[in-house]
Amino acid sequence: FFFFLLVYRLHGRYHEMAPNVVPMDYTKDPDVKLPMQLIINMPELKENPFKERIVESFSEDGEGSLSFNDFVDMFSVLSEMAPRELKAIYAFKIYDFNTDNFICKADLEKTLNKLTREELTAEEITLVCEKVIEEADMDGDGKLGFADFENMISKAPDFLRYCLKK
Amino acid sequence: QRDKEDESKEEHNCPRQNRASRRKTHQKKNGDGKKAEVKERDKKASTKDQKNSENKEKKTNKKGKEGENKQKKGRKNSTSSESSNSFDEESLSEEELAMLMEQVEQRKKLISAMRNKPWRMVKKLSVLREAQAFVEKFEGALGKGKGKKLYAYKMMMAKKWVKFKRDFDNFKTQCIPWEMKIKEVESHFGSSVASYFIFLRWMYGVNLVLFGLIFGLVIIPEVLMGMPYGSMPRKTVPRAEQATAMDFSVLWDFEGYIKYSALFYGYYNNQRTIGWLKYRLPMAYFMVGISVFGYSLMVVIRSMARNANESTADGDDDNFIFSWKMFTSWDYLIGNPETADNKFASITTSFKESIVDEQESNKDENIHLRRFLRVLANILIICCLCGSGYLIYFVVKRSQTFSKMQNVGWYERNEVEIVMSLLGMFCPPLFETIAALENYHPRIGLKWQLGRIFALFLGNLYTFLLALMDDVNEKLDEEDVVKNITRWMLLGHHNSSMGNSSADTPPSLDPADVPRGPCWETTVGIEFVRLTVSDILVTYVTILVGDFIRACFVRFVNYCWCWDLEAGFPSYAEFDISGNVLGLVFNQGMIWMGSFYAPGLVGINVLRLLTSMYFQCWAVMSSNVPHERVFKASKSNNFYMGLLLLILFLSLLPVAYTIMSLPPSFDCGPFSGKKRMYEVIQETIELDFPLFIAKIFSYVANPGLIIPAILLMVLAIYYLNAVSEAYQRANAELKKKMQMQREEDKNKRNNKTNNNSMMQDLEDLLAPSTKIEIYPKQAEGKKIESPDQVIPFGKQGKAEVLNGSPMSGGRRAVLIPPPHLLVTRPPTPGIWAPYSYADKPWPGAHPLGLVPGRGRGHPCY
Repeated sequence: FFFFLLVYRLHGRYHEMAPNVVPMDYTKDPDVKLPMQLIINMPELKENPFKERIVESFSEDGEGSLSFNDFVDMFSVLSEMAPRELKAIYAFKIYDFNTDNFICKADLEKTLNKLTREELTAEEITLVCEKVIEEADMDGDGKLGFADFENMISKAPDFLRYCLKK
Repeated sequence: QRDKEDESKEEHNCPRQNRASRRKTHQKKNGDGKKAEVKERDKKASTKDQKNSENKEKKTNKKGKEGENKQKKGRKNSTSSESSNSFDEESLSEEELAMLMEQVEQRKKLISAMRNKPWRMVKKLSVLREAQAFVEKFEGALGKGKGKKLYAYKMMMAKKWVKFKRDFDNFKTQCIPWEMKIKEVESHFGSSVASYFIFLRWMYGVNLVLFGLIFGLVIIPEVLMGMPYGSMPRKTVPRAEQATAMDFSVLWDFEGYIKYSALFYGYYNNQRTIGWLKYRLPMAYFMVGISVFGYSLMVVIRSMARNANESTADGDDDNFIFSWKMFTSWDYLIGNPETADNKFASITTSFKESIVDEQESNKDENIHLRRFLRVLANILIICCLCGSGYLIYFVVKRSQTFSKMQNVGWYERNEVEIVMSLLGMFCPPLFETIAALENYHPRIGLKWQLGRIFALFLGNLYTFLLALMDDVNEKLDEEDVVKNITRWMLLGHHNSSMGNSSADTPPSLDPADVPRGPCWETTVGIEFVRLTVSDILVTYVTILVGDFIRACFVRFVNYCWCWDLEAGFPSYAEFDISGNVLGLVFNQGMIWMGSFYAPGLVGINVLRLLTSMYFQCWAVMSSNVPHERVFKASKSNNFYMGLLLLILFLSLLPVAYTIMSLPPSFDCGPFSGKKRMYEVIQETIELDFPLFIAKIFSYVANPGLIIPAILLMVLAIYYLNAVSEAYQRANAELKKKMQMQREEDKNKRNNKTNNNSMMQDLEDLLAPSTKIEIYPKQAEGKKIESPDQVIPFGKQGKAEVLNGSPMSGGRRAVLIPPPHLLVTRPPTPGIWAPYSYADKPWPGAHPLGLVPGRGRGHPCY
């Protein structure tokens, strides 16, 4: 079946990143993890400013090393087929740099710096962050909870097209 | 490993049982989502009871009572059954199956889409295995259904279709010429510079159509079917000029052979029909000349209307500008470092644009001072404009007196040009400095700047037209004289030949020897072509010297210079949007005016636009720096279009004037021999159409009919204008209302923080991955509660619905499986469930809270 092929291909990819670590045969030893360094060098992620965050939010231990299951999980979420809500959840995780389940100002600043390669001045960054909070923060607690985030993101016209797609 | 799986298998029996029991009570659409929830709970509190009930359950399942649900599962199972070779593949297949399920479900829209979410949400490996075991258990149940193949086929087609659509989109964008180039420029220089290039591209399209029209309907028929070169006087270079007709300097002035070619008006013959097609060339020439204007007007106005439409259509979603920019601007498909660089640049630019907008809207200074400065600036500029207008007028007057005198010096002869170019050189920077006083937003500033320079250049146009009209009048006088001479000469020739030998046919005069009239139309055409070509050259040289050489100088001499050239005085040039746009607009005006007299002009213009696209793109990317304040172009470049429309109108006037009230030359062009050019229409109607059409035409042309028609049109315009204004007002009102509602919403939420604190705690405690699941769980728990409990909560729930923002309601409603069973009001349970939960005195820790709810919900315990 073709999705089998797909999985097979994925496994191939996973395997080829570290041929000496990852066994081809998974029947015995499923407890192999790849460090983040290897994952983020994949061509799909190489140019992504959030590559570390993506890998971290998909890894089970939060450290950035992915088991094969995490790896597949990542691909399935990033694929086009994944539903919008799911993508929103993972997008939230990705942008939540300090993993406190809120996107606060520090997270926003980090995001912005990554997006613009730190070409904005400090005032501009604060201005943008304040604007974002002001725009999207519906419950007035000065940071974006998941509800705020999803409300905002679900109204974005091209979220499905651009965000989290592979 | 195996043990674990077994355990999970066992754990799954309870959900099966639950489902079976529920199905007995007519629950038709029990979703996978519920399965997953239940599974979750079971995992947390697995008991021996479940294990006991396992065997029983298996039997019931296999009996096939499950109907549609089972069917689906069967498909799933069958797909996984093929794959149960190694562990990882299985778990993956599960993963994939979930994905597959989703695809089916996406097509089935909402209800089904909800089902899978918990599956996908549960990312933990153990749950994954559980799920896998779950599937494994029912593997044998429905081995090979018919649906399998169909399903696979469907999947394949869906995938192919998606891929095809994407490819097609890519193809479409690739088909848009220069899209990538413009995008690249936009990402580095902002949308305002890109708007110029988009305008240029649009102009190229329009000119291409005009070129096709003129080339296909006038030039090609003439070349193919008209009389060949040298067959008649108007198509031959006169004897006196023949010696130098191929010299480059002559050709460069568009004299010599070029003047007597199909590029210009004079070449065309006034024969009514040409060739075996009986192609009516004069008629075609006239109609094409008119339709060039008609088409241009139509296109300009249509695109203006469309732009206006677009700018109003997506004007309302500006609530989240920054958030969207922040969270959705990165395109996750990018894998190419170069593209990524561009994307970074464009994101930065777009942020900067928005920041400029934001700063501008936040600015509040001394409003009186600013107003005063603006008025002052306008007064200054009006003074400048009046001064330069008077100067032009004065110079033109003087030049007219000079032209009557003999022995004038070089300066006197070229005074007008010198003054004009000096004005053109110094006024725009002056305006810019004055505009700095006004402190407008750069976008509005650009518009003002454009308008002011436009007014200045109108003087340019005016002098040019005036000089041309003088020229034409002179030529008309001259023509009368030549006409008489020609007649006399021809008569004389005939007489002499008659006298010599009356039997022989008179030896015809060589076409090169026949005296010609000056043919003012061709002269005008040549004037326009020259102007266009010199304009092209000046533009390119300016870019080369002013931008490229300067950039090179700054870049390389900077190493050995006493001050910093890059940051200091010369620095790099900025891209001059206003100058370029106006150059383009005025050039187009020249084309429109000239194309009637020089059909080849449009071809030259097409070439020009084509080269300038590449050249300017290159120049911008290589030697310009972005503006200091990158600003967003207005969504519609209707301002450019407005300028274009004005120029189109202005250039229509002289052409219409010449067509309607100047006599065409007697010996050149398609209309020679007629009193006025438009007579060609009357002629065609009289000769080629049946009589009654001619009659109808004469009635229609009656002023008694035309004036009421115009009146009617004016009234219609008035009415439509009023209607659109009313709509606009309504629109603004609605927008205001929406804004107010949003504010209110926010305030309410702020007030309700007490109410929400419970929710907040809850969300704090949960990882985002599990957060979603709790809502359906609760909803389900409530659903199965007794009806008397439902009613009070329902009332409260209603209130909540009214108060609650659409997001909370909407989201939860979406997440929850479709209500069934005891529910009386379908939409509410999704909404009241979480709130009622928050109202309950339970502590925030959810595992504790869950147990009683579940206990009530599932009689199997």
